[in-house]
Amino acid sequence: MLDPEAIRARILGALPGSEVNVQDTTGTGDHFEASVVSPAFAGKSMVQQHKLVYASVQDWLGTGELHALALKTYTPEQWKKLGPR
Amino acid sequence: MSPELKARFDEEIRSHKIVLFMKGNALFPQCGFSARALQLLQPYGEVHTVDVLADPNIRQGIKEYSNWPTIPQVYINGEFVGGSDILMELAERGELEALVSGKKAEG
Repeated sequence: MLDPEAIRARILGALPGSEVNVQDTTGTGDHFEASVVSPAFAGKSMVQQHKLVYASVQDWLGTGELHALALKTYTPEQWKKLGPR
Repeated sequence: MSPELKARFDEEIRSHKIVLFMKGNALFPQCGFSARALQLLQPYGEVHTVDVLADPNIRQGIKEYSNWPTIPQVYINGEFVGGSDILMELAERGELEALVSGKKAEG
């Protein structure tokens, strides 16, 4: 069973300087959603941005400990324009 | 993945502006996510669909080809765009039209 803070720490480790918000969507410790605002996303497609985040939790996804992580990713510029929603 | 299958994916993606690898087809989507993806894309032009349920090699192969674990999968202008979540998010942000028209989204 994972908690939001563990996931947040992984994402921050992979993408230093990001703003990361993680929520347990089902309360069961295996389905989460995260919004990530990172300067590392600049110039990358949304799928590339998601792959960067998924890579940081790949082992948990692989073992099934983490069943689902729904993502919303933003560059800092997009976040100023679009978020929070 | 066999070279023949890879060549087939290359060709489908090269020869159509919008390609949706989905469960079922445009008339009979076999999964809610596939149906939703189709709905989101249709306003932006003709959607070429590939039914992954028709062939287990395609169903598994496209996951390897895109390095993405789920179906549906969308390609626009030869580029892998993502699955239904990403498509929905792009639609909400109003960025789909720019993708189809080939303009790079800002940011």
